[in-house]
Amino acid sequence: MKRSWNPFVWGGFAVTLLAILSYFFFFLRFPVTRDVPWATFVLFVVATGLLWTGVSRAFLQPERYRGKISGLVLTAVSGLLIALFCYMTFALGKDLPASAGAPGAGQQAPDFTLSDTGGKPVTLSEILKSNRAAVLIFYRGYW
Amino acid sequence: MAVVAITVDTNEESRKLCASEGYTFPFLSDPKAEVISRYGILHPRAGPDDHDIARPAEFLVDASGIVRWVNLTNDVRVRARPENVLKVIDTLMPATAPAR
Repeated sequence: MKRSWNPFVWGGFAVTLLAILSYFFFFLRFPVTRDVPWATFVLFVVATGLLWTGVSRAFLQPERYRGKISGLVLTAVSGLLIALFCYMTFALGKDLPASAGAPGAGQQAPDFTLSDTGGKPVTLSEILKSNRAAVLIFYRGYW
Repeated sequence: MAVVAITVDTNEESRKLCASEGYTFPFLSDPKAEVISRYGILHPRAGPDDHDIARPAEFLVDASGIVRWVNLTNDVRVRARPENVLKVIDTLMPATAPAR
């Protein structure tokens, strides 16, 4: 009997890739799927299920299904990618300085002048003359 | 109420970002991270090529230049959400006169 293709191992690997790519190109844009990447983790669970099914089939019914080697290799690569994603999410993203010197509530905000995208100088104290308050958003840059 | 974004990115970079995202509030460039340092939120060598950048942070500053609220996230992915900042403003600085 001809052994059939084992789509579960390839499907599982494809879903792993989809999970990671969809996070960076889509889910990252929405706080609800970025702050806690639950959608990505749901896809990881689906991927793990598919890989498990595929590898089990390959080893338990080797006369019917192929995929012993490809299943193990794709499972290992998927596991590595998932581990890398978890490392970025849970360790790298939280590696921030304490910033003990930042002005707290009740303290004076240092005044400054910086140029805007049109090259025009913008001064905090000038902004505050014509506004009730200002929200300063500092971000990392290099998008 | 004014909203101001500050980053080490060049004006050119921020212009691209504003164009692609449709932001209309001012984006200020602090390439040497001088203002970022003055605000105590430098993240040394965290950018490409070991460049110093800002850690993500949001400050609410009132008309007299006093910080009323600070958000120093402990996770780069988790930032202050606009609706939360609006709630903070309503709580800390309720409008007595029509907002300008």
